[in-house]
Amino acid sequence: MTGKRSRFLLTMLCFGMAFLYIPIILMMIYSFNYSKLVPVWGGFSTRWYTTLFQSEEVWAATSLSLKIAVMNATFAVMLGTLAGLALARIHRFRGRTLFTGMISAPLVMPEVITGLSLLLLFITLNQMIGWPASRGITTITIAHITFSMAYVAIIIQSRLAGTGQDLEEAALDLGAKPFRVLWDITLPQLAPGMVAGWLLSFTLSLDDLVIASFVTGPGATTLPMLIYSRIRLGLRPDINALATIIILVVTIGVLLAGWIMLRQQKQLANRQ
Amino acid sequence: MTQDSPYPWREEGATPFIKIEGLSKRFGSFTAVDDVSLDIFKGELFGLLGGSGCGKTTLLRMLAGFETPTSGSIFIDGADMTHVPPYERPVNMMFQSYALFPHMSVEKNIAYGLKRDGVNRSEISDRVAEMLKMVELSEFGRRKPSQLSGGQRQRVALARALVKRPKVLLLDEPLAALDKRLREQTQFELMNIQDQLGVTFVVVTHDQEEAMTLSTRIAVMDAGRFIQIGEPAEIYENPASSFIANFIGSANLLPAKILERHGGVAVLEHSGSKRQFKVATDSTQVGDTPTLAIRPEKILIDKAPLNQCDNQLQGTVREVAYLGKISTYRVETDIGEIIEVTAPNQVRPTGVGHKIDWDDSVHLGWNADSAVLLAE
Repeated sequence: MTGKRSRFLLTMLCFGMAFLYIPIILMMIYSFNYSKLVPVWGGFSTRWYTTLFQSEEVWAATSLSLKIAVMNATFAVMLGTLAGLALARIHRFRGRTLFTGMISAPLVMPEVITGLSLLLLFITLNQMIGWPASRGITTITIAHITFSMAYVAIIIQSRLAGTGQDLEEAALDLGAKPFRVLWDITLPQLAPGMVAGWLLSFTLSLDDLVIASFVTGPGATTLPMLIYSRIRLGLRPDINALATIIILVVTIGVLLAGWIMLRQQKQLANRQ
Repeated sequence: MTQDSPYPWREEGATPFIKIEGLSKRFGSFTAVDDVSLDIFKGELFGLLGGSGCGKTTLLRMLAGFETPTSGSIFIDGADMTHVPPYERPVNMMFQSYALFPHMSVEKNIAYGLKRDGVNRSEISDRVAEMLKMVELSEFGRRKPSQLSGGQRQRVALARALVKRPKVLLLDEPLAALDKRLREQTQFELMNIQDQLGVTFVVVTHDQEEAMTLSTRIAVMDAGRFIQIGEPAEIYENPASSFIANFIGSANLLPAKILERHGGVAVLEHSGSKRQFKVATDSTQVGDTPTLAIRPEKILIDKAPLNQCDNQLQGTVREVAYLGKISTYRVETDIGEIIEVTAPNQVRPTGVGHKIDWDDSVHLGWNADSAVLLAE
């Protein structure tokens, strides 16, 4: 009976996986298609990759996306680490519940709402204090930081929740003042979590279309925005090539983040 | 200093080194430590003994400065430490988990406290080397804690806690993570080191044997309070209550009533069987109903009558536990109580079976001064 059930489950799993991944795999295969018509196979070729690399528009969008992703990841790690520390280590402070809720809100908030509300914020700020003067790379980065830091905070918090405070207390006991303890003991412990958070924030930013579309301004087109606008003009094979590259980059980022987190969990298990 | 006596607590008016006064710690509605007072003297190896949740660890953490007392005060060497943060106390702690910094080498772990104090580089390396030598880990200085065995980690933790020459060393279950052989060996090492350095040790443990071997004095804790404080032998031989009698070692407890008393010896009656026994006592009154406590090793067991003993019983062996050097017998006696007796196996048993075996009829005997009376 268990054999029967497991065969059923296996079939369902295969269907599910196929549904998820066959389109992506097909797209990756068709990015090597010679034919100009997307659905017609005309033999193997890398011509669309060449076209892609010759397009200045694509280069500009890629470099903008990468700049935003790097800045976003760096700031999100700094802020998210502080928030995670506060959540995991300070057990009682005024407004703790509110703070916890506000940290995780961006994770569940629909992107359109986040995007719209940030856009309104930037417009109001511009009217009141004249900053940001124009929308573009800065506003997109700020918008990305708001949701990326929530992910980092969760990663850091869960990392800290799994460990006791023995190490920090030992350092205090040996004469280190609290800030020194943070620097010498807590942050080195968190380093793997921070790297994982950085990679995750990087990919989140690289992926985002909706929020970026809301808060961007003239001249600042990120890679996902470029792809989206091109698709609206009709399917072209070079978009397949671009998407394939993005998928590879994102996959590597996510796998790396996962691997780092897994390794740190194992280290933790070894120590106990 | 007039603290030449090895037993300062026995002397009137000796100055305590650690003075705990009316100390309490409440977490919400839960009282972890309940109004305790205690004097610990310089050079003592003081044991805090109790089951889990009795408040011993909270008390230790208050000494270290990790918990702020709800009320009461702590003095160390005359200075009020109640509200001094842990990084400014002349106290170091060895954690149960050892809490070695995993990203630092053994040397760096030991040097950490000295660095924070701004000790100069050459002195740090001298003192670290000296400590490594003391704990016999000189060749392991460059290793990471994860490359050491449990016993080695324990010694690194000890070296790290001692390198700053604290006035008091706190040890939280120092031997709990070690296997039995290593534990016994380490016990004696700890005692030697304490003797060499003259540092005052406060050891928290749930293991009564460990507390007995290590400590100069023991405080037994239960529900946040001290229920008895004394030297190991004093607590073992004169337990204050039946709880302690059973917590430290084991004891046969018989409910009784005092019938008459002649000088230092009282005659009492076992509540169930009305059988009479003699017991040495200097405080009970006729009519009192104390509990008679007899340690299993203080009862003689033999197949022949034990006429030389003040008190005698007869019974049948119901269980034998052979432990090598000793055996424990559970004897169903003619007063209707099961009495536990331990006896050394002085004679090598020949052939199969033991000298005293299951279902054998035996005589039990003990003298008046082998048992104690417990008020509660």
